[in-house]
Amino acid sequence: MLTIHNLHAKVVGKDILRGINLDVKPGEVHAIMGPNGSGKSTLAGVLTGKEAFEVTEGEVLFEGKNLLDMDPEERAGEGVFLAFQYPVEIPGVTNNYFLRASLNAVRKYRGQTELDAAAFLKIVKEKIKILQMPEDLLKRSVNEGFSGGEKKRNEIFQMAVLEPKLCILDETDSGLDIDAMKAVADGVNALRSKDRAMIVITHYQRLLDHIVPDFVHVLSEGRIVKTGGKELALELEQHGYDPIKAGMAGIAD
Amino acid sequence: MSAANLWDRWRETMDKTTFTNLFTPFDRDNAAPKYRALRQSGRERLGSLAWPTTRCEDWRFTSVAPIVETTFALPVKCDDLKLPAATNTLRLVFVNGRFAKALSAPIAAGLQVGSLADAGANVALLAQIAADKDNAFTAMNTSFLCDGAYVVISDGQVVEQPIEIVYLSRSTDKPIVSHPRTLIVVGKNAQATVVERYQGDGAYFTNAVTEISLAEGAVLDHVKLQQESLQAYHIANTQIVQGARSTFTSHYLSLGGALVRNEVRVRFDGEHAESTVNGLYLASGKQHMDNFTVIDHAQPNCASHELYKGILDERAHGVFNGKIFVRKDAQKTDAKQTNKVLLLSDDATINTKPQLEIFADDVKCTHGATIGQLDATQLFYLQSRGIPLDAARRLLTFAFANDVVNRVKIEAIRAELEERIVR
Repeated sequence: MLTIHNLHAKVVGKDILRGINLDVKPGEVHAIMGPNGSGKSTLAGVLTGKEAFEVTEGEVLFEGKNLLDMDPEERAGEGVFLAFQYPVEIPGVTNNYFLRASLNAVRKYRGQTELDAAAFLKIVKEKIKILQMPEDLLKRSVNEGFSGGEKKRNEIFQMAVLEPKLCILDETDSGLDIDAMKAVADGVNALRSKDRAMIVITHYQRLLDHIVPDFVHVLSEGRIVKTGGKELALELEQHGYDPIKAGMAGIAD
Repeated sequence: MSAANLWDRWRETMDKTTFTNLFTPFDRDNAAPKYRALRQSGRERLGSLAWPTTRCEDWRFTSVAPIVETTFALPVKCDDLKLPAATNTLRLVFVNGRFAKALSAPIAAGLQVGSLADAGANVALLAQIAADKDNAFTAMNTSFLCDGAYVVISDGQVVEQPIEIVYLSRSTDKPIVSHPRTLIVVGKNAQATVVERYQGDGAYFTNAVTEISLAEGAVLDHVKLQQESLQAYHIANTQIVQGARSTFTSHYLSLGGALVRNEVRVRFDGEHAESTVNGLYLASGKQHMDNFTVIDHAQPNCASHELYKGILDERAHGVFNGKIFVRKDAQKTDAKQTNKVLLLSDDATINTKPQLEIFADDVKCTHGATIGQLDATQLFYLQSRGIPLDAARRLLTFAFANDVVNRVKIEAIRAELEERIVR
């Protein structure tokens, strides 16, 4: 589904990604872990088309198409979704209005008919039930005045409505207490399917107790320096990232 | 004397002839003897006044040269204009300043709503509210007074349905000038909603004056929807006098016109009255929109809330001048003024000027002005959810305007505004 080959990227002239290789197949959940500044969020930004990032080398193919050539909205139309680390507040636009504009834009891109208000509401009410979210959330302005947990759940709710093929979760656990994290993880797990892949970017192992990955990659200084199964996350939790930075000494293969 | 000074002097004195030359043909075609005395006083006033120039502080950013240098013709009869969609059935339509009965909806019995040209109109307050002693355009409107709309709500009467007044303009071969006049009188504890709409085709000049009086305890919701053609000039003076415990809520929505000046003057004439003045102005191309507001706290214990929002694109020029006077005896005044502007292009300009003159010492007055652009982070967020950049920009523009739009109580007008901004 997603093939990243030798990806290099700069942010304000500074090399952040220095040759990332990654292959993600439908149904797989890949966790990307790493210390602060290792390039985790840059990778998420590059995959979704954030302007600040400049790709200097390498390629990214999504279902055979060159992802890096596409505008952010085209990537969304193709089925790439980013759950933001810091969801953006948009005062003056209700969640309901925003989601309908978004879903219809994506449907239009995919050659599907746009939904009228009634048909849209039916879908949204279904999803909101699955994620156990309060219905009044639809009437509120996008993320405005939301708690940290509500913002992250709102991201997962959008993901449920847009039905992407590839979900990228950028530090979705940051700023959440245990209960809120569990609620978000339950939402994500409800969306796991054999056709849908996920990349879960996280600093801590605890999220991966709830969203159990198939693969764990360790990112350090812009490269994937180690790949393993879900048990790799536990080792990192015990030993920290320092041994990896110091040439992986102290971590058993 | 410099050439520039000479030019100004000439413009101030001589140039009114392009309009005063119209008096004779106007009087020949429009007898309306009941307003002859008012017209005469207007003409005398006009003769003593100069056109404002950009050297007048209140007109610093707006030159009326394009208007006073154009030779306008008197309106011609025109019965084939298309009408905007009806938002209600209480509707008066005026074409080129004259009442068009065929296009208007019949007014229910018991309502004193109609054309000023009608003999039965109870219009004692006409020309009593709008001050013309320093306003040449208002004096000129009175100079041509013969028709317009009146809405008189009797004491205690509650009119649920909005009353809509539509002023349509259309020029034929020459640009025309019309002087729409509106009088709204809301009696003691009476309630009403009045919508003024200005629309037209081609090049013309609308010089509108609206006078509004709220008696004790009266409630009025006033909407002005300015949708003039993009070649039109529009100068409007709306003056409001509020009695004790009256509530005035207004929405001045400016969308059309090449050169636009909207003056709104509220004066408190009794205690414990409340005034809410909302404004939204949208300009693009080379449109020029000047919003000039005066809230005169002449009485104690009154509250005013003013929120103006401007959206300027391309080479548009916006002006906001908000004056608040708090007179010496107007203790316990609560006045709040906010002006926010969204600039959608590097070439758009805004001049914003809050002006508070406070002579009482126990008052609460705040004002604030912000000027901003669309937020790149918000744009990316919308794009990442599949919304194309263009649509994302329009959505965020709508979000900016939304609180002013949402205060309009008539749903059809809210929908019209949304369509205009999001389309």
